[in-house]
Amino acid sequence: MGNITLKNVHKAFGATVIIPDIDLEISDGEFVVFVGPSGCGKSTLLRLIAGLEDTTSGTILIDGADMTGEAPAKRGLAMVFQSYALYPHMSVYNNIAFPLKMAKADKETIDAKVRAAAQTLNLTAYLERRPGQLSGGQRQRVAIGRAIVRQPSAFLFDEPLSNLDAALRGTMRLEISELHQQLKTTMIYVTHDQVEAMTMADKIVVLNAGNIEQVGSPLDLYRSPRNLFVAGFIGSPRMNFVTGEEAARHNAATIGVRPEHIRLSTTEGAWKGVVGVAEHLGSDTFLHIQVEGIGQVTARADGEFTVHHGDAVWLTPEPTKIHRFDADGNAI
Amino acid sequence: MATRQTRTLARLMMAPAVVLLLIWMIVPLSMTIWYSFQNYNMLNPAMRGFAGFFNYVYFYTDPAFYQAIINTLFIVVGVLFITIVGGIALALLLDQPIFGQGIVRILVISPFFVMPPVAALIWKNMIMHPGYGVLADVSRFLGLQPVDWFAQYPLTSVIIIVAWQWLPFATLILLTALQSLDEEQKEAAEMDGANFVNRFWYLTLPHLARAITVVILIQTIFLLAVYAEILVTTNGGPGYATTNLAFLIYRTALLSYDIGGASAGGVIAVVLANIVAIFLMRAVGRNLDR
Amino acid sequence: MARAVSTRRKWIATAAAWVVALVIFFPIFYMVVTSLKTEPEAIAGISLIPSGTFENYVEVQTQRDYFKPFLNSVIISLGSTLIALLIAIPAAWSMAFSPTRRTKDILMWMLSTKMMPAVGVLVPMFLIFRDTGLLDTRIGLTVVLTLINLPIVVWMLYTYFREIPGEILEAARMDGATLMGEIVYVLTPMAVPGIASTMLLNIILAWNEAFWSIRLSAANAAPLTAFIASFSSPQGLFWAKLSAASTLAIAPILIMGWFSQRQLVRGLTFGAVK
Repeated sequence: MGNITLKNVHKAFGATVIIPDIDLEISDGEFVVFVGPSGCGKSTLLRLIAGLEDTTSGTILIDGADMTGEAPAKRGLAMVFQSYALYPHMSVYNNIAFPLKMAKADKETIDAKVRAAAQTLNLTAYLERRPGQLSGGQRQRVAIGRAIVRQPSAFLFDEPLSNLDAALRGTMRLEISELHQQLKTTMIYVTHDQVEAMTMADKIVVLNAGNIEQVGSPLDLYRSPRNLFVAGFIGSPRMNFVTGEEAARHNAATIGVRPEHIRLSTTEGAWKGVVGVAEHLGSDTFLHIQVEGIGQVTARADGEFTVHHGDAVWLTPEPTKIHRFDADGNAI
Repeated sequence: MATRQTRTLARLMMAPAVVLLLIWMIVPLSMTIWYSFQNYNMLNPAMRGFAGFFNYVYFYTDPAFYQAIINTLFIVVGVLFITIVGGIALALLLDQPIFGQGIVRILVISPFFVMPPVAALIWKNMIMHPGYGVLADVSRFLGLQPVDWFAQYPLTSVIIIVAWQWLPFATLILLTALQSLDEEQKEAAEMDGANFVNRFWYLTLPHLARAITVVILIQTIFLLAVYAEILVTTNGGPGYATTNLAFLIYRTALLSYDIGGASAGGVIAVVLANIVAIFLMRAVGRNLDR
Repeated sequence: MARAVSTRRKWIATAAAWVVALVIFFPIFYMVVTSLKTEPEAIAGISLIPSGTFENYVEVQTQRDYFKPFLNSVIISLGSTLIALLIAIPAAWSMAFSPTRRTKDILMWMLSTKMMPAVGVLVPMFLIFRDTGLLDTRIGLTVVLTLINLPIVVWMLYTYFREIPGEILEAARMDGATLMGEIVYVLTPMAVPGIASTMLLNIILAWNEAFWSIRLSAANAAPLTAFIASFSSPQGLFWAKLSAASTLAIAPILIMGWFSQRQLVRGLTFGAVK
């Protein structure tokens, strides 16, 4: 089981308030991602759940039991750290076995569980090595192995992929998602990368300055962001924001259109602009266009759509995909 | 980065070290200050009592005191000069690619590990002795009159011995600092057309500035208190020619048994060292903030 | 990328460095050579080739009981180092992993006690030792050397501990380790290299300490520094034997020093130069 409930959780370091007041419900088996820019309090929130920091006030319930003042080890959670935090003086085997030894499991149990975890994570060939002799991806898997053997009620991941290169990040993302499908255990995953959040999460919690901006499934957040912050944070490339006259025509202070929701034409359209830089990705081309009276707009074009720097193009936003925001930045 | 429990525990674990050092700092120092205002001579234990500033006046008007202060300064400044200049030169040399670098390093660093009495005795008996010393042998070989170092140049001789002990320290620290100089910076300077002298002046020396400061300050702390080298070689003589402040206080306390006078001398030694300490702490403290 | 260096330049630098190194090392070398000479040879003018007698080493023991001060040095320097470590490890642990706003001030204050000149407190220390019967005891010297070197030990350990990432200790906490478990299974094994070099430096400093060990000891507790210093009084010429005693006195520390030279910089500069 792995229900986690936060009630009025507040955290301050001296006079500096990190988390003003948070309520959150995480149900068993969910893959929840905390996402937000650096310094938004997402890691602190995770560490509060882990018990590595004290809450200043509020309650943390795990499976209904109040764990607010409990030591980290008593909470039945496992954590994978950003730096992996492997024990450098122990072999891979002993790293994975460490939590079991601390729990005073007997030798046979430890051996069986370590080997099973190594099997799952393709680490069997490396059990006798030291962490220093492993690649980044392998270290990551050892860290996960150490978490798995405890059979925790929930896994906590603190930016686990940020030290890996882009290609490996993609692979590990899949592996963690696959692991979640197999184990069906609650996972809480902290990242600043909205791509990770979108691809992995059942539920995304967008945080900004210690506040929850919006909670929802990836597609919910993509389709109907509640405010400008979420709209700008979720989706890549970023949503285009337009203010002024053009927004007023839609009865809003600001309107937002995603680059993929703009139709391009070399002959006609709503907005006329001049092509700046074109980024060719092969399948897609992102065009940065200077639009008269509106400013810089990014639009996605087909990979075969050929225009050059300085060419004139016309843009037409899809009318049903226009997001409208009021003067306070909230969606209308 | 921790919870309340671990913080409380942390305070407890720090307590023994803090308490011990607190006692070590306060008890002897306050006793020194107390005795410095007392009439107390161990040869004449009956005459005890409050002395006011008599001990200070007595100690500070003693002609030996001025001589001791001047000698202390000569030792500190002389050794610092030799070790810094020599240390920079040696560090630059050892930073070059050379054959047998490891062994050279070991040879150069060795004097630092020689205990002061041994260092002093080697120099006194085997190097500087006017009859049998190596330097005397060399002089005679060249047809010159051998120098009686400790009679003719007593203070210089002490300075040479102490400098020999501290040169490795300066060299090692400056070499370490030198090796942390970014190779790409040097290459960039070369690309910019800087020759060796320019590179040394505008790149190396500024880079070494902090290491030099640290060497000066740490050595000063130890050089103010040079003791064993003097005890073993000249015993402060001839006359007061090699008596520094530390040695004078030792003489007053344990040879004249004048507890009050020695304590008054101790107070000025503490004050002097504290002036240097303030600068050292700043240099080290800045490093903590990094 | 190392630059290509002309062979000629490398040879010139090599020659210069070796000449300087040999000059600096010469007094130590000559002492070892002299220790292998007979007494008449030792004062017979410069000669780098000894007759190779080991008699001096034997006589240092039989005539002057060399082993006693040697044992005193070992006991005092090892004892003070171990006690200092025992006090300093927990202190450095809490400063490195649970720092507060005052941690830096406490560290600086500890360092400041190191700045107090020994001679400033010679009188009270002498009187305290005399009145408590600690004068000329190994316990007394061990206590003083522990206190003198404690700030350096705390500092060195602190700089080493600070390099151990806090996340690893947190991982151990998540894995269910108690505080004891954390220290025994994780912190200590990871800190072994740092603790070892701290220990080595402290032994060197304690072994060579020549103010308190000369002034607070006499026949019973005298370590090697005091033993060698006692040779300064003119008792006739016996340089070969003196050289043998000196060689024995510095050999263990010289070897330790060669091994710890890299850590030494950091310890002696309180981490200001690495």
